Amino acid sequence: MRQLMTRDNSMSPRGLLSRRGMMRGSLVAAGSTVAASLALVEEAKAEADIPSWLRVPGEPVRSYGQPAETEADVKRAPIQIYKDLAPAYGFSGTPLQKLRGTITPNGLHFEVHHGGRPLLNPVEHRLIIHGLVNRQLKFDVATLERYPMVTGVHFIECAGNSFFNAIFDEPKQLGCDMLHGLVSNSEWTGVPLRILLEEAAIKPDARWVIAIGNDAPNLARSIPIEKAMGDAVLALYQNGERVRPEQGYPMRVVLPGYQGNMNIKWVTSLQVTSRPAYTKDESGEYTDILADGKVLDFAFTMGVKSVITHPSGTMSMSGPGVYEISGLAWSGLGKVARVEVSTDEGNSWSDADLQKPVLDKAMTRFAIEWKWDGKPTTLLSRAHDEAGYVQPTRTAWKKRYAPSNYNHYNAIQAWRISSDGAVTNAHT
Amino acid sequence: MRTLEMIFAFSALLVGSVSALGQTPQLGQVLQDREIPFFARYIMPDGAGLPAGSGSATAGRRVWESRCASCHGATGSEGPIMPPVGPTATYAKSAGKYWPYATTLFDYIRRAMPFPSPKSLSDEDVYSVTAFILYRNGLIKENESIDANSLPRLAMPGRDNLTDLWAKQGEKPY
Repeated sequence: MRQLMTRDNSMSPRGLLSRRGMMRGSLVAAGSTVAASLALVEEAKAEADIPSWLRVPGEPVRSYGQPAETEADVKRAPIQIYKDLAPAYGFSGTPLQKLRGTITPNGLHFEVHHGGRPLLNPVEHRLIIHGLVNRQLKFDVATLERYPMVTGVHFIECAGNSFFNAIFDEPKQLGCDMLHGLVSNSEWTGVPLRILLEEAAIKPDARWVIAIGNDAPNLARSIPIEKAMGDAVLALYQNGERVRPEQGYPMRVVLPGYQGNMNIKWVTSLQVTSRPAYTKDESGEYTDILADGKVLDFAFTMGVKSVITHPSGTMSMSGPGVYEISGLAWSGLGKVARVEVSTDEGNSWSDADLQKPVLDKAMTRFAIEWKWDGKPTTLLSRAHDEAGYVQPTRTAWKKRYAPSNYNHYNAIQAWRISSDGAVTNAHT
Repeated sequence: MRTLEMIFAFSALLVGSVSALGQTPQLGQVLQDREIPFFARYIMPDGAGLPAGSGSATAGRRVWESRCASCHGATGSEGPIMPPVGPTATYAKSAGKYWPYATTLFDYIRRAMPFPSPKSLSDEDVYSVTAFILYRNGLIKENESIDANSLPRLAMPGRDNLTDLWAKQGEKPY
């Protein structure tokens, strides 16, 4: 945790500080804190020693950059629930607590694979469009490169993200990567699906598009025609470079705001139909069991959600004093309108600052300065979206679903801080 | 947004208008029927896409024991992975009781199972394994044969329990 010193004494009763005052007071102090921590590492040396890298030329240019070697612990958190029995069925979570800003580096975008990452040949890969169309068409990658493309920053969140919190009444002591890491945020560039479907000339009774992947189980989902002809994109690029193999190389479907499973990776077929196919995932795993035992299908939109990433579970505070509480918020219904933060178990709330730009169906970074008095407390964040939805408490969320249900969990995350500074996962 | 009028309006525009077609680059190549692999056509709940052939649980048991039991259990309810016979204490979404259409069982087994070697079963074997799962869930008799005609007519217990949220309220979350 970055600890800041301040001259600003304009503090609310619960220690939350006005950000403007904080920024004014902290600029000089922040710099000296960084210098001080570097000095700790190098304290055996005299300050005036000339370090080794100043006595030799640096490394030459390289064709593809890599993170600093000292950042090797910034990596995804893999979960293989069936271990060696089905190693290709697994997840890996984005280490949200080790990142700042809003864009997920491509190598850290979360994965959920139902049949592994295919080693497909991009030259042989085709996207075909068939079914209720007047012209059955096929496209290779080179042809799609000639089509008009659009770019948008959007989150993709697995419907089952945060499943540990959804299922277990005793909170699991894990970090944000394991607890909430099945969400990432990227700039996606590609061809609007609408253009390709227009070229295929869909018939009047076309109501659904079954998108099918070029992976071992040929994962398939039914997409309503309104979405396919709306903001759906056939993405070829992810943060400027080709879509990564883990995210669907050479092409994937991106459906802004919809559950991750529908954003078909390695997409190879668009089957236009009059009805949904009730594919395996929309028949089982991606349905919701409600409290009364009934089952909800085709719940596409990911609801408004937020999580404080700094500080968060498994971290330790470095003593009482001033901190920046920072986190991420998103909604599948549009822009994040407001994020409130509580540092007293929800007794009082203050609006955090939303960092610009606040984009549609994309992650927004929120932040608020806070002076921790060293006493045990609980931090909470509660996001609102422009459609008027607000994050529920865990208790309220659990009341609506069966105990085993974990999809669409978007309840408020609570982080308990003990007097010794340990930050732990808590349910409120 | 979701009105039928909207759908018909833009569909009519696309189908009928040369100028609307002209707005796309027109670089897609004509796709012949013979170029469409089976896995690109999902089998629909009404049975559209089901191939010829048939199978019974009696035949399916042999396939099950050699190709399925190591992940899903000796009789389909033991697991450890997503047992299709149930529901069980650890898995609420057993395919036989939970999935609304039996056609999905056939399609998914054909495209994706067995997990280490998908698409290695013949259509007859897929019908037989589907029949075994249905039999073990008490939905058909052990020697009952299923085929393209009977599979879509089978009343699955999960169907009546299902609410289609998209049809009910579109994009609005539950």
